[in-house]
Amino acid sequence: MIKNVNELNALRDIKRQELKLRHGGKVSASQEGGRMQILVCGVAGCLSSGSLEVASGLENLIKENHLEDEVKLIKTGCMGLCVQGPLMVVYPDKVMYTKVKPEDVEEIYESHIKGGKPVERLMAAEADGKIIEDALANHSFYSKQMKIALKNCGQIDPYSIEEYIGCDGYQALAKVLGEMEPEDVVDTMKASNLRGRGGAGFPTGVKWSFAAAQQQRKKYVCCNADEGDPGAFMDRSVLEGDPHSVLEAMAIAGYAIGSDQGYIYVRAEYPVAVKTLAAAIEQAKEYGLLGENILGKGFNFDIEVRLGAGAFVCGEETALMTSIEGNRGEPRPRPPFPAVKGLFGQPTILNNVETYATIPRIILNGVDWFNSIGTEKSKGTKVFAVGGKIARTGLVEVPMGTTLREIVFDMCGGIPNGKAFKAAQTGGPSGGCIPASALDTPIDYDNLIALGSMMGSGGLIVMDEDTCMVDLARFFLDFTVDESCGKCVPCRLGTKRMHEILTKITEGRGTLEDIDKLEFLANNIKNAALCGLGQTAPNPVLSTLRYFRDEYVAHVVDKRCPAGVCKAIVRYKIDKDTCKKCGICKKHCPVGAIEGDRKTGFTINRDKCIKCGVCMEQCPFKSVLRNA
Amino acid sequence: MRTVNITINGIHISVPDTYTILQAAKEVNIFIPTLCYLKDINEVGCCRMCLVETKGGKGLQAACVTPVAEGMEVFTHSAKAVDARKVNLELILSNHDARCQTCTRSWTSCELQTLANKMGIQQVRFEGETLEHPIDTGISIVREPNKCILCRRCVSTCQKVQKVSVIENIGRGFHTIVGSPFERSLSDTPCVNCGQCINACPVGALHEAKETTKVWKAINDPDMHVVVQTAPAVRAALGESFKMPIGTAVTGKMVSALRMLGFDKVFDTDTGADLTIMEEANELIDRMRSGGTLPMITSCSPGWIKFCEHNYPEFLPNLSTCKSPHTMFGAIIKTYYAKKHNLDPSKIFVVSVMPCTAKKFEAQRPEMEVDGLRDVDAVITTRELASMIYDVGIDFPSLPDDNFDDPFGDASGAGVIFGATGGVMEAALRTATDILNGSSTDNIEYDVVRGLEGIKIAETEVGGVKLRAAVAHGLGNARKLLDMVKKGELDVHFIEIMACPGGCINGGGQPFQSSEVRNWSNVSELRAKALYQEDRKMYVRKSHNNPSVKRLYKDFLGMAGGTLAHKLLHTHYHERDSYPDAEE
Amino acid sequence: MASNCKGCAEFEANKKALDEVIEKYKNTQGPLIPALHEAQQIYGYLPFEVQRQVAEGLDIPLAEVYGVVSFYTGFTTKPKGKYRINVCLGTACYVKGAESVLDKFKTVLGLNEGDCTEDRKFSLDACRCIGACGLAPAVMINDDVYGNVTPDNVELF
Repeated sequence: MIKNVNELNALRDIKRQELKLRHGGKVSASQEGGRMQILVCGVAGCLSSGSLEVASGLENLIKENHLEDEVKLIKTGCMGLCVQGPLMVVYPDKVMYTKVKPEDVEEIYESHIKGGKPVERLMAAEADGKIIEDALANHSFYSKQMKIALKNCGQIDPYSIEEYIGCDGYQALAKVLGEMEPEDVVDTMKASNLRGRGGAGFPTGVKWSFAAAQQQRKKYVCCNADEGDPGAFMDRSVLEGDPHSVLEAMAIAGYAIGSDQGYIYVRAEYPVAVKTLAAAIEQAKEYGLLGENILGKGFNFDIEVRLGAGAFVCGEETALMTSIEGNRGEPRPRPPFPAVKGLFGQPTILNNVETYATIPRIILNGVDWFNSIGTEKSKGTKVFAVGGKIARTGLVEVPMGTTLREIVFDMCGGIPNGKAFKAAQTGGPSGGCIPASALDTPIDYDNLIALGSMMGSGGLIVMDEDTCMVDLARFFLDFTVDESCGKCVPCRLGTKRMHEILTKITEGRGTLEDIDKLEFLANNIKNAALCGLGQTAPNPVLSTLRYFRDEYVAHVVDKRCPAGVCKAIVRYKIDKDTCKKCGICKKHCPVGAIEGDRKTGFTINRDKCIKCGVCMEQCPFKSVLRNA
Repeated sequence: MRTVNITINGIHISVPDTYTILQAAKEVNIFIPTLCYLKDINEVGCCRMCLVETKGGKGLQAACVTPVAEGMEVFTHSAKAVDARKVNLELILSNHDARCQTCTRSWTSCELQTLANKMGIQQVRFEGETLEHPIDTGISIVREPNKCILCRRCVSTCQKVQKVSVIENIGRGFHTIVGSPFERSLSDTPCVNCGQCINACPVGALHEAKETTKVWKAINDPDMHVVVQTAPAVRAALGESFKMPIGTAVTGKMVSALRMLGFDKVFDTDTGADLTIMEEANELIDRMRSGGTLPMITSCSPGWIKFCEHNYPEFLPNLSTCKSPHTMFGAIIKTYYAKKHNLDPSKIFVVSVMPCTAKKFEAQRPEMEVDGLRDVDAVITTRELASMIYDVGIDFPSLPDDNFDDPFGDASGAGVIFGATGGVMEAALRTATDILNGSSTDNIEYDVVRGLEGIKIAETEVGGVKLRAAVAHGLGNARKLLDMVKKGELDVHFIEIMACPGGCINGGGQPFQSSEVRNWSNVSELRAKALYQEDRKMYVRKSHNNPSVKRLYKDFLGMAGGTLAHKLLHTHYHERDSYPDAEE
Repeated sequence: MASNCKGCAEFEANKKALDEVIEKYKNTQGPLIPALHEAQQIYGYLPFEVQRQVAEGLDIPLAEVYGVVSFYTGFTTKPKGKYRINVCLGTACYVKGAESVLDKFKTVLGLNEGDCTEDRKFSLDACRCIGACGLAPAVMINDDVYGNVTPDNVELF
C-alpha cells in the first residue's frame, strides 16, 4: 500500500535499478535485475505463432541451470513487428530475435545466454538480410517511430505494477494530485492540443472542460476500449502491454472533472486484454493507486470493467454508454452531449485507450514538449496498425505529419511480390481510400478528412493492384450493414440499399445510373444518419468513387473487373501458347470445369467454372490467365 | 425561463431555451414533416424525416430532438434538407408492404401515405430485399410486421407510458423488427390488449382484430335479435371519423346510424354504467362497514384487470367483483330484457361498441357468461363502427338525432362521464354520498377527480365518514399508485384505475388522430369536455336516480349486491402467468 | 423445444448458480449485460427460462432482456456443442455436394442447422466460404478444417 508520494518515489527508485539494464545501464553482478533480461512478446500475433512455447522453453533451461537470479525472463506486450513474431529482445545486448521457434531455444541458450554470443541467423534484419544491431532503435521499422502511447509496450511486464512504477508510472497522477488544481489539469490538456485518438479527433481538453463545468456531484470517466475496426489493434496492444497507463490517465481525468468512478468498456473478443486489465485494476487498488484517498490526497477513484457483447456500434460514444447502462447499444441524438448528460444521465467524458495512454506523458513531459511534435493542428504521435498487402504488418507509432510513403515504404517495407501500391485504406469502415497520388501528404486529422478519409482509430490497410476497389467498398458496406444498429432510417435501409447496388455492380448487372444513384444515396446518408457510424458509412464508397471511378465504370460498361476479383464477371482462360498440357489444373479444379486431355490440351468450360481460381494458383507455368 | 434568439428561414424569433427546433418552427408556422416523433412519448430522432440544416452544423439535425441555441440559424427547406428527407421517405417505402388498397389505414389515416403525398414523392428510386414476417393475430390486436416502419412509437408507448413492456425492438440493423420476446404471439405475453400501441402506430402495422363480419352476419340473420350497446366514450369521438371536430358529441346521430345499420335495438351502455355504480357503491360501503379488503379498486377497465392479474396479483382481492358495464348490461339484456319481451335469449346477439380493444378479450373470458350464454357476443371498436357506417354509405354528419330504445332509454349523467378518467370515481361519489348521507345532496361535480393529472387524490366527508379516494389513468401511473399503496405511502378507501391515459375517451379503439394533431393539441381533454357537457345537459345525473335502473332492481334484481345481482353482475379474477409455456 | 426448457434438469441444476449471479448484480448500475454474460457462461447459451429468470431477478421486463440479447451477436439463444461443426456452403463446396454432406450430418446427428445434440456434444451450422475451395467440400470442426468430405465418410468423424 503506497500511502504518499514519497513511498511511490521510493518504490520507483528501487525498480529503476532493476530496469536500468533495459535502458543501456551497465552490467554489474550484484544488480537487482540480474545480469541479463530477456523480453518475450506474450500477446497477439506472437502468441499465435508460438511465443509462449518459446518462453517456457527458455524458462525451463534457466531453471534447470539455476540461473534464475542472473537471467530474468519477462513476458511483455506487443513490440510492433508482428509479422516477424515471435519476437524476443535480450538485454543488455539489445539483441532482437525474430521468428523464434521452440527448437531455436536451445541454441539461443547455449550460444547467447551462456556463451554471450548472439545467434546471428535469428537476429532482426532488413529485407536485404543485413543484420541490425539494437534493432529497436536502428531497424528501419523502428528508426522513424516515436513512442509515446506505446512507450512501455513490449518493454515491461504488463502484470507488474512495479515495473510500471519503475518507468515513472503513476508519477503523473502524483504530480496532478500534489501540485495542480483540477482546472489546471483541464487547462493543461487544452494547451496540449491533444485530439481524441479514437475517431473524429475532438480536442480532449475541451471535452474535459465541458464536463468539469457541470455542477452535478456524480460524474463518470469512461474509456472506450471497444476497438472494432477490422485491422485495428493498437488499443488492444496498449491494454495488453501497458494497462496501468490507461488507469492512471483515467484517474487524472477523474480528478480534473470531479469524478470518482470510471468505466472501461472493452470488447469481449479481447479476453487477454480483459484479463490484463482486471489484474492491473486489482494491483492498483492493492497499491492504493486506485480506491480511496489516493496518495493521501483525499481523492477517490475507482474503475470498473464492462464487457461488450459483439456490437461494433458500441464504439460510438452514446451507444457505448447506452450499452453500459444495460440496453441495446443504440446511439442517441446529441445534444445533449455526454459531457452534459452522459452515462446514467450524468456528465461523462469518454476517451479512447490510445488517448489515455498519451496523457501521463503529457503531464510529465509538459505541454511544450508535446506541442513540438506533429503538425500545426494535430499534435503528438499516432499509432497505426498496418496490414494488408504489405511486407511488414504490425504496429507503428509515428509523429503526426509523417507521410504515407514513409510508413508504407520506409518502415513497413513496401508491397511484397513486386506488386504496385494502389491505395491505402484508413479509418476502417468509416474511412476511405487514399490513392498513390497522395502518398506524400503528411498524415494528420485534417489532411485525411480533406482526402475523403479519416484517422479513425488508426487502421491502415495497404492495397496493391490485385485489389478491386468496388469489391472493397462492397466489403466495407457488408460490414456496416451487419453492424448497423437499425435505429435510424438512413443507416438501417440506406446502407442496405447501397450494398445491394454495389453487389449488382460487382456482379456485372449494374448501370451507369446505378453509380449515380449510389453516389447520391451515399451523400444523403452522410448528411442524414443519426450517429457517427451511419454518417461515415458511405466514406468507403465515396472515396473509391472519387479516386477510382473508372473501375466502377469498367464494371458496368465493359462488364470487366480490372483487378480480376469480382467472380461473377471474371473469366479464366488457358493460354494455349504457354500451356505444357500437364493436366495439373484439371486435377485440382473442384468442379470439373476443365476439359481436355494431355494430348489435345485443356480448356475451361465457362458454364461450369465457379471462378475459384484454384487452377491459376496450381498452374506451374502461369498459363492460366484471368480476364483474358 | 430564458429565451434565445434564433432565425428560421430568415425569420427572427425569440423562443424559450427549452424549445426544440420543431417547436420553434411551429411558432412561425413552418411545417417540418415528422413521423417517429410523438410528443413526450417517442422523442428519439430515428426516422430522420424532420431533418433541417443549421448554419455551421455538421450534417443535418433532427428538428424534433435538437434544442434551440442562441444565434442558431435554421434552414428548414434547403435543398440538402429536402433531398435527405425525400431519400429517407423513399428508403422507408422501399421496405414497406405497400399494398395500400387493402390496408386498414390508407383511406383515412396513414401518416406515411400522407407524408409521401405532401412531400411530392412520385417514385421510389430505391428497391431491394424486403422483410417477410408472419402476421400475429390475437383476440384483440393484430400485428403486421411487414407494414411496420420501425418508428418505435408503439414500443415507447408500451414501455414508457403503459409500462406493460411486451414489445421491443428485436435483432438489429436491417433485420430489426418490433416484437415480443422469443417471437411469441402477443397473446402469450402479459400484453393487456389496451391498444395504445395501435393508436400510436402511424401505419397499418397494428390494428384491432376485426369483428365486423361477425356483426354483419348476425344483422343479416333474420332469426337473430341483434342488440347493440354503445359505451359513453364512443359518442365523444365517433364524429372524428367523419371529419367532425374533435370533442363533438354525436350521440343522436350515432343512434340514428345504428338503427340504419339494421340493429334491432339500440341501447346505451351508460345504463350498464349506472348499474355498475349501484353495485360498486354498495360493495364499497359494505367493505367499509364490514371491514372488507380496502382500498377497493374499480374493475371496469379490462386492460387494467389483465394488468393486475399479471403484475399485481396481491391486489386481486382489492378489485371490485363487479363486471364491467357492458358485460353487466349484456347479462341483463339476455335475462331481464329477454323475459320482458318474450325473446329466446339464445337468439339474442349482443354487440358492444367500445372505445376499447381490451373489451374484445374481456368479452371472451370464460367468466363472462350466465347459464351458458355469453354476456356479449361481439365487441367492435369506435373505428369499426365508423367503417360499418361507411360500408352502407351513410352520410353521418347530416343524420338527424334519434333516441336510445326503451325499456332502458336515457341513462344518467353519471354513466356518461364513465368515459373520462375520474368519471367512475365521480359517479360513485355521487351515489355513495347520497347513500351514506341517507338523503340526496347537492354535491354533483367533483372537480378534484377530473383532469389529466396522472394520479389524483381526493378526500370528501360524507355522513361523518372521511372517504379518501385516488384515481390513476394510464398503466404507468397505475404502477406508481399501486407501489405507493404497497409501500404504505398512500392510504385510501377507493381507487379508480383506467388502463388508458385519459380514460376510455383515449381508448385503443378510438378514431386515429395523427401525430400532427396529437403533438400540438390535447385530444383527451377535448373529448372529455364533450362528455362533461353532455352530463350537464342530463336531467338525471346520479346513477341511483336513473328510473330504468330503479325499475330493474324493483322488478327483477331485488337488492343491489343481492343474490341475483351477484349471479348476473359480478365475477372473479385470477393470477395469470405472464409467459405461459408455448404449445409444442 | 430447446429454447424453452422450463423444469428441465439442466435449468434446475444450474439455477442456484444463476441466482447467485443475479444476486451479485442486483444492486449494480446497469446490471443486465454483465449478468447475461455470466448466465451464458453457466448455461452456454441463453434459453427462455434463463432470460426469464434474469428478467425477474433484476426486475427488467423480459421483452427488454430479449431485445438486448437479440441485439448483441455475443449472446445466443441456441446451445452450441463441445464440437462445433461448420459445413462450408461456399460456391465451390456447394457445387461439390456440400449440401449432401450437410444432410448426412443432419441424419447422423439428428439435428437441424443451428441446433445442438441433447448431450451438448455436437452442434451443426452451415457457414460462408472458409477459403478452402481446393479442398471442397470442406468442413470445419471447431478451428480445424477437414477437406474432401463426402457423405460416406461423414460417419467417421
